[in-house]
Amino acid sequence: MTIEHIYREEWGRVLATLIRYVGDFDLAEDAVQEAFAVAVERWPHEGMPANARAWLISTARHKAIDHLRRHHRFADKLQELERLMPGEENFTESEHSSQTIPDDRLRLIFTCCHPALAVEAQIALTLRTLCGFSTEEIARAFLVPVSTMAQRLVRAKQKIRAARIPYAIPGTEQLPDRLETVLRVVYLVFTEGYAASTGDTLVRRDLCAEAIRLIRLLCTLMPKCMEAQALLALMLLHDSRRDARVDAEGNLILLEDQERRLWNAVQIREGIALVETVLRSERPGFYAIQAAIVAVHAQAQRAEETDWSQIVQLYDLLLRLHPSPVIELNRAVAIAMTEGPDRGLCLIDELAARDELTNYHLFPAARADLLRRLGRWAEAAQAYRQALSFVVNEPERRFLERQLKEAEARLASAS
Amino acid sequence: MQYLLLIYQPEAEVNTWSDQEKGALFQKYMAFNQEQKNHLRGGNPLKPSSTATTVRVRSGKTLTTDGPFAETREQLAGYYLVEAQDLDAAMTIAAQMPSATFGSIEIRPVQAM
Repeated sequence: MTIEHIYREEWGRVLATLIRYVGDFDLAEDAVQEAFAVAVERWPHEGMPANARAWLISTARHKAIDHLRRHHRFADKLQELERLMPGEENFTESEHSSQTIPDDRLRLIFTCCHPALAVEAQIALTLRTLCGFSTEEIARAFLVPVSTMAQRLVRAKQKIRAARIPYAIPGTEQLPDRLETVLRVVYLVFTEGYAASTGDTLVRRDLCAEAIRLIRLLCTLMPKCMEAQALLALMLLHDSRRDARVDAEGNLILLEDQERRLWNAVQIREGIALVETVLRSERPGFYAIQAAIVAVHAQAQRAEETDWSQIVQLYDLLLRLHPSPVIELNRAVAIAMTEGPDRGLCLIDELAARDELTNYHLFPAARADLLRRLGRWAEAAQAYRQALSFVVNEPERRFLERQLKEAEARLASAS
Repeated sequence: MQYLLLIYQPEAEVNTWSDQEKGALFQKYMAFNQEQKNHLRGGNPLKPSSTATTVRVRSGKTLTTDGPFAETREQLAGYYLVEAQDLDAAMTIAAQMPSATFGSIEIRPVQAM
């Protein structure tokens, strides 16, 4: 077991405990970082301690106390700290076996994802503290300058201190809303990694894996939470297609054109099993229904075998729970598959008349695709041009440009 | 820890309320004051933003303007100083404030001196 492996496994856990001990994110982070530095130095020569986690926590605590002693302005904090923690002479590694140290990561997740922090700050803090990403890695993953990301983290920790955001798991009343924030953050990390785009693709691939790790952790720490299980299923099922989504040049491949043998069968099996568990247990929530929809796709051996009518029913359910023009658009696309492109177009145009989807590129893109299926090349080309004016993502842009070229070529040969 | 809770309300909208509706809001505040009395350290309703005056001193000159410091969609209508354990506790109090259902409550931690 390498130290990189230990770092990955233990960083979040050790940091979460230190924050509880010292009551300060920065002090805890510095202490844990120093503890890992000592480990890197000593363990190759002295061998790894029997209980690496306990050793790291113990070492980090000592570093924290040293730090407090050196800076006399923390004098009262030091007194409080020594009062709360067992005295050093009594403290041995065995006291910090895994049975006695509680897992503080749940507190940490809820604190990082506190609604009083801006969403970008929630994401950055979660990746930094729970996943051990460096500031540079997070900056690269989200395509912002390192200084911007560094400032974001500094301000978030300042806010936690200054406004006194508690380091705690929310009470029963607040829990549902707070949980929603956590799930949203984890899903945002995933979707950021999932969107094939310019930027460091290796780091972005890591984001999906990290999001899945985070939701697995949440499922372990809150085993009765069905929406967490559902989100895990959703992400596993999306992620199962990663090797089939993009070709060698980085171009997007539509779901219906993907080589399904490249889909990860193990992830699909796990995802579907989770979906079945969740749907059996209680009224399906937002992520549960989305996961069920993706599961229907995953179960089709070939695109032609997709049970579109079940998908339509699931979208109906999803809309009742969470009315939104984007979901209505997806439903219209599904209806196009069951009742034909004309019907789908009708619904999309009705939607356009009602709602402000004008800046969302997938709306004209969906229209364009249906027009393409109907052989209405001039209108399809127009819709593709409209979509291109709003698209941001590079592979999506290239895809739409290819579709536009094809529509224009067909139009030219038809006339 | 102390927090200042600043109550912002859409004045134009509230001005259209009947005496009955305004009275009902007043009653809700009386009930709120009673429920939260252990946490409240002070507070006042304010006279309308039209009664405000803004003073700035720049380069030795005193500039006085009629009205609040900035035009906003919602206007400062009152404040409470509360004592609460942490932000979550302050947020719970803020959420129970009668104006929260139609206005905005800003929670500002007080700087300890």
